[in-house]
Parts: sequence; C-alpha cells; structure tokens
Amino acid sequence: MKIIVSIKEVPVRDSQLRISADGRWIEDGDLSYEMNEPDAYALEEALQLKERHGGEVIALCAGPSGASRTLREALAKGADRALHIEDEHISSWDTLGLARLLAKAAGPEKPDLILTGLQSDDLGYGQTGVVLAEILGLPHATIIMAAEVLDGSIRVKRELESGWFQNIEMTLPAVLTIQSGINKVRYATLMGIKKAKSKELKALAAGDLGVAASATATIERIYSPQKVKQTQLLTGSAREAAAKLIEKLRFEVRVL
Amino acid sequence: MSETVLVIMEQRGGAWTRTSFETLAAGQRLAAEMGKTVSAAIPGRGVDALANEVASKKLDRVYAVEHELLNDYTADGFAAALEELIRQVQPSIVLFPHTYQVRDFAPKLATRFNQALISDVIRIRNENGPIFVRQLFQGKLNADVRPGGPAPYFISIQAGAFNAESLEAGAAPVEKFVPHLKAADIRQRPQAPFRESTGAVDLTAAEIIVAVGRGIKEKDNIPIVEELAKALGGELAATRPVCDSGWLPIERQVGSSGQTVSPKVYIAVGISGAIQHQLGMKGSKTIVAINKDANAPIFEVADYGIVGDLFEVVPALVESLQSALVAH
Ligand SMILES: Cc1cc2nc3c(=O)[nH]c(=O)nc-3n(C[C@H](O)[C@H](O)[C@H](O)COP(=O)(O)OP(=O)(O)OC[C@H]3O[C@@H](n4cnc5c(N)ncnc54)[C@H](O)[C@@H]3O)c2cc1C
Ligand SMILES: Nc1ncnc2c1ncn2[C@@H]1O[C@H](COP(=O)(O)O)[C@@H](O)[C@H]1O
Repeated sequence: MKIIVSIKEVPVRDSQLRISADGRWIEDGDLSYEMNEPDAYALEEALQLKERHGGEVIALCAGPSGASRTLREALAKGADRALHIEDEHISSWDTLGLARLLAKAAGPEKPDLILTGLQSDDLGYGQTGVVLAEILGLPHATIIMAAEVLDGSIRVKRELESGWFQNIEMTLPAVLTIQSGINKVRYATLMGIKKAKSKELKALAAGDLGVAASATATIERIYSPQKVKQTQLLTGSAREAAAKLIEKLRFEVRVL
Repeated sequence: MSETVLVIMEQRGGAWTRTSFETLAAGQRLAAEMGKTVSAAIPGRGVDALANEVASKKLDRVYAVEHELLNDYTADGFAAALEELIRQVQPSIVLFPHTYQVRDFAPKLATRFNQALISDVIRIRNENGPIFVRQLFQGKLNADVRPGGPAPYFISIQAGAFNAESLEAGAAPVEKFVPHLKAADIRQRPQAPFRESTGAVDLTAAEIIVAVGRGIKEKDNIPIVEELAKALGGELAATRPVCDSGWLPIERQVGSSGQTVSPKVYIAVGISGAIQHQLGMKGSKTIVAINKDANAPIFEVADYGIVGDLFEVVPALVESLQSALVAH
C-alpha cells in the first residue's frame, strides 16, 4: 500500500499569540511550531497500516521552509519519504487553493490511501481532506476512529455526535480524515532520528505547481473575541483565591 | 441567480437535528440584513411531515428533497442531490448547521461550485456584502471572513451561535424535489449507527462536576483533581485529549463527541475551552474556570475565574474546603 499523510505545521499549543500589524494574521516570526495534533494520529495510523500490509508512507506538507522540521520528525517516526510544498505565506491560501496544491503533489503518486487530520489547530476549517478527495475524484470518509484494509476496499469507523459511531466501507483508493485518539502515537527513537537524515525530503515550490490562488474566503481582520459573560475574577494568592471561591460556592451559588 | 438564502436542514430518521432551526434563524437574520428571502431544504426519505412543519416559518419556499437513496446518509448521495437542487434554485448563499454530517459532505459540495465552505461561523454582519465571523486557534482569536468569487457562497453555522426562539412565523409552499440519483454513483456503503458499550458513568445526574484538561500535564497528576471532586462530593470529568491519552476513561469525556452535562456547578481545571468542549458544558448553571492563561476561551463562559497555576490553586481549594468543614 502506498499511503500519503498530509501534515500541517502549526504554532505550539500554548503560544502567546500576537496579531500582526496589518491585522490579518498573527506575528509568526518568533513562535515555536509543532505537528498539528490529529495529523500526528494520521501519521501513526499510516505507519501501523504499513506495518500490517507493507508498502510506503509519504509525508506531505505545504508550508514555509521551516516546516521541513516537522517533515523530518515524520521521517524519524518511520515515514519513508517526504514532499514539501514550499510557500512562505501558506495561511494566505484559501482551502480550495491549498487543496489544489496538495492534489498536484499527491495525485501523480497514485496513492492507495490519503490520510489527513480532521482539523487544523490554527485555521480549523475542518475540510481540507474532503476537498482534496473531491479534486482527485476519490471517495472519502471523515472523523475516523478505526481503519481496516480489506481486499481492494477499506472499512472505517466514523465518529458521530454524542458517543455514536458508524462503520462504512469504500473502495480504494480513498481519503480519510483522522480523529485524535484513534491510536497511541509513537515517539521517534534515536535510531529513527539518525535514519531520517538520509531519507528523501523533496521540495516543490508552490509557484511551480501551476495552481492559481483562489479568493473564495479572505480573512480581512483577526481580533480577540468579546466576552459573552461577566466573569468574576477571584484574585490574590492561590490560598486567598481558593478561599474566595469556596465562599462564593457556599453563599452565592449555594451548593455547599 | 435568485436572491434567496437556502438553508439545508438536517434530520435523522424523521427527527430534527436541533441546530437546524438555529441555522434557519441565522438565515432569516442574514436575509433581513441583505434584503434577501430564505428557503429551506430537507434531504432524506419520507420528509413530508418535516417539510410541512418548517413551512410554518417565514420562508419563501420549502424543498422536500426526496429519494430512496437519501434514506441512509452518504457523502456522495447528499452532495449529488444537493448539487442538483442548488443548480436549479440558484441561491446566492447556502447555509448548513455545522454538524459532523455537514463536515462530511458540505466541503465536497462547495468544491463543485468552485467555492470553499466558510465553516463554523458564529456571527454574520453586512459590510458592503456579508462578513462571516469564525474562530481561529481553537477560539483564541476571531476572524472576519469575506466570501469571494462567483456565488453561491457556502457557510456552516456553529451550534448555539443563533437563537432558534427568534424564528419568525409564516406560511410557505412546500415543493417536492426528486434528484436523479443512481446507486452506482454512491461509493460509501454505510452500516447502522451504534454506541460503544458505555461504562456506568452517567455524568448528567451529577450536581457538581470537576473537569480536568490537558493542563494537568500527566496521568500521575490526576489524583490532584480527583481529591477536589471527592471533597466537593462531585463527579470527575475530562476533555477529549485527557481521555485520548488514557489518563481517564472515555466515559468521563464531556463535549460534542462525549456527554452533555448541565450540573449546578462545573469547575473547569486546566481546560482551554474549545467549542467542542463548550458544547458539552455550556448549559451548566455556574461555571468556574481555573487556568493560568487569562486569555483562555473558557473565561468567555465562566461565571467565576481564577487565573493561576492549578497545581497551587486546586490543593488550596481542597484545604480550604476541609477547614471550612471543620468550622461548620
Ligand atoms: C470533531 C471534534 C470533536 C471533538 N470533541 C471533543 C469533546 O467531545 N470533548 C473535548 O473536550 N474536546 C473535543 N474536541 C477537541 C477540542 O477541540 C480541544 O482540542 C480540546 O477540548 C482541548 O482540550 P484541553 O482544554 O484539555 O487542552 P488544551 O486546549 O491543550 O488546554 C489546556 C489548558 O490548560 C491550561 N494550563 C496549562 N497548564 C496549566 C496550569 N499549570 N495551571 C492552570 N492551567 C494550565 C492552558 O492555559 C490551556 O488553556 C473535539 C475536536 C473535534 C475537531
Ligand atoms: N498546509 C498544509 N499542509 C499539509 N496538510 C494540510 C495543510 N493544511 C491542512 N492540511 C491537512 O488538512 C487537515 C485539515 O485542515 P483544515 O481543513 O485546515 O482544518 C489537517 O489536519 C492536515 O492534515
């Protein structure tokens, strides 16, 4: 099986975000980055499928040159090679343009399976995998919590709301968007990190892929959300704040 | 191009998905601001009764999108049926509730019209055209998004963002629409939905819930919050990443894919407050947030907040409770 995993690099989770001077994105120069969380689960799923069925795992990322770190991490965990679509302003592409870029790189590989995360931590559109499937003419299923390859087809477990699930079968090739928690993610070993250095990491310039930027959704301004509730902040040392809260629970909320 | 906003309503086996009506309210609001009309469509099989029910709202028209192959939801079936309807009706904007089902097919449908779905929208404004507000970075920032390119625009609406109570009444004609679907064109073969055998934990009955998020850092720290839950006589709950990591069993997960709770008091400890978590606990009577980040989205819904390190605050709470017990 040839499996492509689409991996995005996003600012680390506890980053203090500052809005950039033009008000359209964040100051991203001095942030630290990590692999988007569900994508790490997607990578793990691909590695486990390869362990069971043989084949090849290819990590695919569109992002600035620095994103090669995250692709190296994927190689260290066991991906066989990586494709890096380089673009310094990847967040300015809308989903349609971005998915067309990914399709240009993924399509010619003729994969049996493409895995993406179900949602990115930064933009959170929750749709790139589905759009990619449509562009490539492949069937898809989303929010996947288990995948089992059968003969020429795949059976997947979709998460529905409120603790419900559903099994679906599709023919291969197909696209799946993977939900966090589907498996237990491995760490890169020292040996893996060493090996990764000699694995192929191919850079493609976004500008060379012949994809015109589309402007179906333009971010005009970003800003801090307004609070809907008036929060009573309880201040002081941990002890003082704790005592105040107990008092509130006793005399205002009356649950104690 | 007609000047109608088309709202795609969701139902399962003849029962409404509640957020469909919130989306209809969003549609009426958008239409009022932009000088448009609203229509509704209900895809499925045997949806006449539901269509008649929606027809009592202030709408231009209701489409009962009927086909045997729409009985079980599939991404291919729903995308094909609604593509055909949209090509006929030619709405300027199509609205969906942002459900798991919509996440599964709406991006595909939008792609067929050379559009990207603007997903999980929380507010709508008119500034020389519609502006859709959506969250970035798991709710830490908001973005104003302007759609572009040839209409229709495709928008999904976050649960709880619009009020279904504000729906205006009316009397709309119902039209049956039978799409040309072929079984051979549907590549997904779905089976019946099921529930995992759930453990005995029913969080919905608890009056006090102490919920823990990734701020707890590791499994070995769980007893710290467990002790607080015990001291308050409450239940322990968790966010998804805590359950994903196996620090607490999944039966204790609160949120869109876990349980929905509304206790008297919900104490969120080291929880950022992403929308998928909020959906499961927003209805709590009183919400307390303990988080070291004053900008965490959980403070947007909290009644009481302590900005601080949970590893200091939580033990202090337990201590404070114990000494209060002695005093009373
Ligand atoms: C389709 C879908 C379904 C989902 N379903 C659910 C669901 O049912 N339930 C759910 O919970 N999530 C769900 N999620 C995930 C959700 O989007 C968030 O990722 C998740 O809720 C975040 O969990 P968290 O708050 O524990 O972690 P984080 O977002 O990592 O937040 C940790 C918080 O802890 C704080 N913190 C860190 N250290 C300390 C300290 N020492 N003292 C005090 N505070 C500290 C940080 O400031 C931060 O705010 C779903 C996502 C998707 C896409
Ligand atoms: N720039 C990117 N490079 C590689 N994969 C991406 C990129 N953006 C999004 N994806 C994939 O698409 C998924 C969903 O992203 P989104 O639609 O932005 O929520 C992510 O989890 C990734 O797997």
